[in-house]
Amino acid sequence: MLKIQDLHKTFNPGTINEKKALDGVDLLLNEGDFVTVIGGNGAGKSTVLNMIAGVYPADSGKIMVDDIEVTKLPEHRRAKYLGRVFQDPMNGTAAGRNIEENLALAARRGKRRFLGWGITAKEREEYKQKLESLGLGLEERMTSKVGLLSGGQRQAVTLLMASLKKPKLLLLDEHTAALDPKTAKKVLELTEEIVSKDNLTTLMITHNMKDAIRLGNRLIMMHEGKIIYDVRGEEKKNLKVSDLLAKFEEASGGEFANDRMILS
Amino acid sequence: MITSLMGALPGSIAQGLIWGIMAVGVYLTYKVLDLADLTVDGSLATGGAVAVMCMLNGMNPYLALVAAFLSGMLAGLVTGLFHTALGIPPILAGILTQLGLYSVNMRIMGKANQAISVVQYDLIVSLRYIPHACILTLVFCIVIIALLYWFFGTEIGASVRATGCNPNMARAQGINTNATKVLGLVLSNGLVALSGALYAQYQGAADINMGRGAIVIGLAAVIVGEVIFGKIFHNFALHMCSVVIGAIIYYVVIAIVLQLGLETTDLKLFSALIVALFLAIPYLKSRYFAQTGKKGGNGNA
Repeated sequence: MLKIQDLHKTFNPGTINEKKALDGVDLLLNEGDFVTVIGGNGAGKSTVLNMIAGVYPADSGKIMVDDIEVTKLPEHRRAKYLGRVFQDPMNGTAAGRNIEENLALAARRGKRRFLGWGITAKEREEYKQKLESLGLGLEERMTSKVGLLSGGQRQAVTLLMASLKKPKLLLLDEHTAALDPKTAKKVLELTEEIVSKDNLTTLMITHNMKDAIRLGNRLIMMHEGKIIYDVRGEEKKNLKVSDLLAKFEEASGGEFANDRMILS
Repeated sequence: MITSLMGALPGSIAQGLIWGIMAVGVYLTYKVLDLADLTVDGSLATGGAVAVMCMLNGMNPYLALVAAFLSGMLAGLVTGLFHTALGIPPILAGILTQLGLYSVNMRIMGKANQAISVVQYDLIVSLRYIPHACILTLVFCIVIIALLYWFFGTEIGASVRATGCNPNMARAQGINTNATKVLGLVLSNGLVALSGALYAQYQGAADINMGRGAIVIGLAAVIVGEVIFGKIFHNFALHMCSVVIGAIIYYVVIAIVLQLGLETTDLKLFSALIVALFLAIPYLKSRYFAQTGKKGGNGNA
């Protein structure tokens, strides 16, 4: 479903701020894989997701989604294959547009937009049902501006938008990190529901190692632009947080104490 | 003095309606797309120049409006490509086009001013027949707002609005934000040029300087409309109406300050200060509320 070959990316090359973000990443995801991604700050997790999405071009390497090479496609042309939810709840939705308009924009992902109506009565019914299934009461607020919603509600709407047209790949970039623990739990539950219902192939970055172990069928750990650990199936289920910490310590030479990872 | 003000009022309304079309164009870039486009100072004059030259060469005045509209679209296209294809920041892209248009406008007219007489030509609007001009420009405004309201309800229109709201989200939903920005700039400057074409007919001449400061008048109309009607109007069509009403109010205020003894040459300073004041209000308000411990954010992220 997703194939990444020897992906390299350096930011600000040749300057004092040069940062090697990805240093030869190889990754192969099968259909229906739900992969959690962990790693310290600057390990390259978000960079991988952003490169898949086409936010910045690759220096070298190859990205294929479902046998289609997307390495050189601009961001908006890859969007039809991808559902995305971002860390910042502000990013995934248009604050000044109302809930149904946001959903209608997402429903047209990958379609040629022309002079048909931006939203139809039939769609409104459909969105109402889908919003009901979130259980947040948003179906009563379909004409409210998204900017009026809480962070958790916005992430829930963004999740719905990402899955409204079944994506080939769902990219979740620490999408619960900006939420309070209770809301984060709720959004994570919704994530599980949506992923399992449509059997979505998913890449989820998280800083919470318990979540990383509990969710999905596979876990990868990144460090300094490389994938340093890749477990799946039974072996992953039996992992403990202490195992991951040990692994991380081993990779980083014990300097993890001031990293955000320790917090979870 | 009151009687002379009353006498000036219909003219102010006609001017306000004509400039209201331009202000709607400014609204499209400044509010809908969230881009400050300074092309308008040039494209307004381009519209006037094209319309007048077309009519002097015997073209039907309505066709001349179409020609002016197209010329403005072309100007918007240039700014749009400067910004999207060449990566020039939008304000600078607009300034470059505006500057270049000065030469273009001179080429179109052949000199700095081209008069067109309502006696010899069948003009659509003229300050000789102000009531007629008011009604006709009002019809223009209504038709334009209706068309824009329809357009921004379509899939393409919705993607332009999404681009202005959150370009990252728009791209994630498969919208080519470069294309939507260019489209918005094209449409906006088309309207600005149309307004210029009507204004040139109204005053009986196209002038190389007729667009100077147009962006400030447009912003004034947008802001005045928003301050007065922002709390009551929530519909997109009504927003555009409030912009036109804002332009009318602007010209009525101008008529009043002229009656009070201000020189016409002082008007640009007056306009700039008024716009600066209104632009500063939201900022000062939020700072005031932040200091007094009340909720400072107004949610326009």
